Amino acid sequence: MSYLELLKLASPEAVVVLTALVVLSIGLLAKRPTSAGAFVAGLGLMISIGAILLLPSNKTLFGGMLVISPLTSLFKIICLALAFFTILLTQAEKAPRHPGEYLALVLLATVGLMLLVGSEELLMIFIGLELLGLSLYVMAAFDKTDVRSAEAGLKYFLFGSTSSAFTLFGISLIYGMTGTTGLAQIAARLATAFPTPSGLLAVGIVMTLVGFAFKIAAAPFHLWAPDAYQGAPVPSAAFIASGSKVASFVVLGKIVLVGFAPVHGSAGWHAMVAGWSPVLAALAALSIVVGNLVALAQQNVRRLLAYSAVAHAGYTLIGFVAGNREGFSAALFYTTIYAVTLIGAFGVVGVVRRETGGDNFSNFAGLASRSPLLAGCMAVFMLSLAGIPPLAGFFGKFYLFSAALHAGANHALLWLVALGLVGSFVSLYYYLLVLKAIFVDASSLAAAAPMEHMRSDFLQQTTVAVLAAAVLFLGVIPNVLASRILAAIP
Amino acid sequence: MIAWTIYLTFGGAVLALLLPRAFARWIALLTTIAGLALGAVVFVDMPIADLAHFTTIVRVPWVPALGMNYHLALDGISLTMVLVTGISAVSTVLFSWDVEHRQNEFFFWLLLVVAGCYGVFLSADLFLLFVFYELVIVPKYFLIAIFGSTNKEYGAMKLTLYSFFGGMFVFVGILVAYVTGGSLDLNQLSQFEFSTQLQSWAFPLLFLGFAVLAGIWPLHTWAPTGHAAAPTAGSMLLAGIVMKLGSYAGLRVAMNFFPQGFQMWGKWIAVLAVIGIVYAAAVALRQRDLKFVIGYSSVSHMGFVLLGFAAANALGVSGAVLQMFSHGVIAALLFAVAGRMIYRRTHTRQLDALSGMNLSQTMPFAAFTFVVAAAASMGIPGFSGFAAEITILIGAWKTYPIAVWIVGVGIVLVAAFTLRALKLSFFGEKGVQAEIATGTTLGREEFKPITIPEKIGACMLMLTTLAVGVYPKMLLDRIMPAVETMRFLK
Repeated sequence: MSYLELLKLASPEAVVVLTALVVLSIGLLAKRPTSAGAFVAGLGLMISIGAILLLPSNKTLFGGMLVISPLTSLFKIICLALAFFTILLTQAEKAPRHPGEYLALVLLATVGLMLLVGSEELLMIFIGLELLGLSLYVMAAFDKTDVRSAEAGLKYFLFGSTSSAFTLFGISLIYGMTGTTGLAQIAARLATAFPTPSGLLAVGIVMTLVGFAFKIAAAPFHLWAPDAYQGAPVPSAAFIASGSKVASFVVLGKIVLVGFAPVHGSAGWHAMVAGWSPVLAALAALSIVVGNLVALAQQNVRRLLAYSAVAHAGYTLIGFVAGNREGFSAALFYTTIYAVTLIGAFGVVGVVRRETGGDNFSNFAGLASRSPLLAGCMAVFMLSLAGIPPLAGFFGKFYLFSAALHAGANHALLWLVALGLVGSFVSLYYYLLVLKAIFVDASSLAAAAPMEHMRSDFLQQTTVAVLAAAVLFLGVIPNVLASRILAAIP
Repeated sequence: MIAWTIYLTFGGAVLALLLPRAFARWIALLTTIAGLALGAVVFVDMPIADLAHFTTIVRVPWVPALGMNYHLALDGISLTMVLVTGISAVSTVLFSWDVEHRQNEFFFWLLLVVAGCYGVFLSADLFLLFVFYELVIVPKYFLIAIFGSTNKEYGAMKLTLYSFFGGMFVFVGILVAYVTGGSLDLNQLSQFEFSTQLQSWAFPLLFLGFAVLAGIWPLHTWAPTGHAAAPTAGSMLLAGIVMKLGSYAGLRVAMNFFPQGFQMWGKWIAVLAVIGIVYAAAVALRQRDLKFVIGYSSVSHMGFVLLGFAAANALGVSGAVLQMFSHGVIAALLFAVAGRMIYRRTHTRQLDALSGMNLSQTMPFAAFTFVVAAAASMGIPGFSGFAAEITILIGAWKTYPIAVWIVGVGIVLVAAFTLRALKLSFFGEKGVQAEIATGTTLGREEFKPITIPEKIGACMLMLTTLAVGVYPKMLLDRIMPAVETMRFLK
C-alpha cells in the first residue's frame, strides 16, 4: 500500500484536519471578529462529506485501524452533519474571545469522532476517544468569564481522564489475554480460547465498558453530565450531547457486538448468564431509573436535559442488550435522532439564554408569545424526547423496544422494556413542565427585548427550524434513515 | 374517499395555525363540515353488505423492514364512529365560535384532536392506530392548560398523565402482539392464534390500557376533573369522541386479538362496568359544579359501553357501539349547555348559585336544549340513549342477569342526578320565590342572547339524538354485521 493511497482513503479525516489548520490561521490573522472562519469550517465539513461519498464502499486497512464500510461511512456523514449544525450554533453566540481556536477545536473533536466511528481496533479507538475527549474538555471550559464553564470543564476532565484510565486498563487486559487488538481477531480468539468466561476476562470487559459508559453518560458514570450540560458554552454542550454520544454508541456497539460477541451472556429475567449483556442491562436499568427520577426535580432546562440524557442513554443501551442486528440498528437510529433533537433543543436554549440571561424554567416562561417559531420547535424537540407520535422519538422507541422483545425466546427482555416504558411515562411529566412554561405560563419579563443580532438570529432560527423539521420528517417517514442503517449493518 | 377525513383535518389544522387569525374559525368550520360530509356521503353510498368486513381503503408500505403499512380500512363500526366524530367536531367548532384568545392555536389543537380521532377509527395497522391514539394526548393538554377554566393546569396534567399511563400498558400489549404474531396488520392479527397463557396476561394489559381512556372505574378520576377544567370545546371533544377512542380500540384490538383472554376476564370487566355505572351516578348526585355532574355522568354512561362489551354477544356489543355514538352526541350537547350557554353568560357553574338566577325565564332556548339533553341522557324512549342502553341491557341479560338488576339501580340514580341538575340549574325555586316575595323581576339579569352558531350546533345535536332514537336501525344495520364477524363471538 502506497502512502498516497492511504491518504486517499483517509481523505475525509485529512480534509477536516486541514480545515482546522486553516481556521486557526484565519483566527490568527483576522484583526476583527469575522465569520470567515465559520464559513471555511462549514465548507470543509461539506467537502469531507463529499470525499466520503466518493470513497470505495468497503476497505479495511491495517487490521481494522481504518475501516471503510457502509456503516462507518454513514455515521461519519452523520457526525459531520452534527458538527456542521454545532458550528451554525456557534455563530449565534455572542462573539467568544477566540473564535478561531474554538472552531478548530470543534473540527479536531470531529476528527476524533470520525476515527472512533471508522475504526475496529482497540488502540485506534482509544486514540479517537482521547482526541475527542481532550478537545471537548477545552470546549467545555472555553468561556473564561463564566465560573460555571470552568467548573464544567474541570468536572468533565476529571471524570473523563479517570474513566479513560479504566478503559485503557481494560483494553490492556483484553490484549494480554487475546494477544490482539483487532475486534474481529479478539472475537475469534475469545470464541476458541475461552469457552467459559474467566474472572480476568470479566474484569477486562467491565473496565473497557466503564469508559464508554462515561462517554454516553450512563448511570452511575453520569455525574459530570449535569454540570457540563449546564455550565459549558451552549455549542459545546450541544456537541457533547450529540456528536460525542453518537460516535460513542457506534463504537460501543461495535466493541460489544463484534469484539465481545462470544461472551454475550444473557440478560433475560429468569435466564441471566454472565457476559457483557447483563452488565449493559444493569447500566441501562439504572440509567433509566436515576435519569428520569432526578430529572423530575430540576428547575433548569439544561440540567433537565442532562438528566434526561442519562435516561435516553439507558433506552439506547436496551438495543445493545438485545444483541441482534435489529437491536444494533434500532440503537443507532435512536441515538442519531436523539442527537438531532438535542442540538435543536440547545439551539433554542442558546437563544433564550442570550435574550433573557438564563436558562431556568422562568426564563422560558411566555416564549410562545415572544417567538412562536422557537416555541413550536422546542415543543417538537421535547415531545420527540418524550416519545409522542408523529415525531421521530416515538418511532425510535417503538423500534428499540420491539427489537428488544424480538431477542431471546419467551419475551426474555420484557422487564427491561417495561422499565423503559415506565421511564418514558415519567419523562412525559417533566417535558410537559418545560412546555407548560413555554406555552401556558405568563412571561415574567417585560416586553420582549428587541432583537439585536438580526443576522445571527435569522441563522439560528433557521437552524432550529430545519432540525425540528428533520425530527418531524424522520417521525413521519422513518424509513429514510432506518432502512439505511439496517442495510449498512452486516 | 373517507380517508380524506384524516388528510383534510390535518391540513386544516396546519392552515388554521399559519393563516391570519380571522380565518382560523372559518377554516376549522369548513374542515369539520367537510369531514362530516365525507362521512355522511359514505354512510349513504356504501352498500350495507360491504360494511360487514374491515375492508381496506388504502394500503401503502411505510417501514417495510418492520412490517409497518399505512393501512386504512372501514367497516360498520368505524363508519359509525367516523360519523359521530364529524358531528361532534362541527358542533364543537360552532360552540367555540367566539373564542378570541390565541385563536389560531386553539383551532390548531382542536383539529389535531379531531384528525387523530378519525385516524384511530380508520386504522387497520396496529402501529398506525397507536400513532393516532397517542397523537391525541398532547393537543388535549394544551387545549385544557391554555384555554381551560377551573384548576386548568392540574386538570390538564392529570388527564395527560392518565392517558399516557394507559398508553404505557397499551404499548407493552401492542409490542407483545406484534412480536408474537409477527405482523402489525389488524386483520391478520385477529386471525392469529395466540397461546392461552399469553392471552391470559396480555388481554387485561391491553384492554385496561385502552379502558383508562374510556373512563373505566377505578381509573376514571381524570375524566371529571379534566372535563371540568377544559374549555367547552375541550369537554365536548373529550366526552364526545376521545373517550370513545379507548372503548373502540379496546373492542377492535384487545377483544379481537385475545378472545380467550377476553373470556377469562369478561366477568371482571362486567363487574368494573357495573361499579362504574352505579358509583359515578351516585357521586354525580352529590356534585355542586354542573360540569362535574356531567363529567361523572359521562363515566356512568361509558360504563354501559363496557358492560355491553362484557356481555360478549352481538346484541350487547352492537348496543355498546350504538351507545358510543349516542353518548358522543348527548355529552357534547350537555357540555355545550353547561359550558357555553350557561357558564359564558353567568360566569358560574355552581348549582346553588344558578338556582337563584331563574334561568329558564332568561334563557328559554338553553333551558329547552338542556331539557332535551337531560331526557336523552336519562334514557327516555325516543332518544338515542334509550335505544342504545336497552340494546345493551338485553344483551347483558343473556350473560349476566344479576348485573342488569344492579344497573337498574344505576339507571334510577342517573335519572335522579340529571333531574336534580336540571331543576337546580334552570328551574330553581329560590329565584321564583324571591320574585314573588318582592313582586319585582329583580333577580333577573339580562344575559347576552343565545347566538346563531350556538343554536345551529344545538339543533344539530338534538336532531341527531332524536333521529337515532326514533330509528336506531339506521345505525344498527351497519354495526351488527361488523360485530358479528368479530372473532370473540364465535
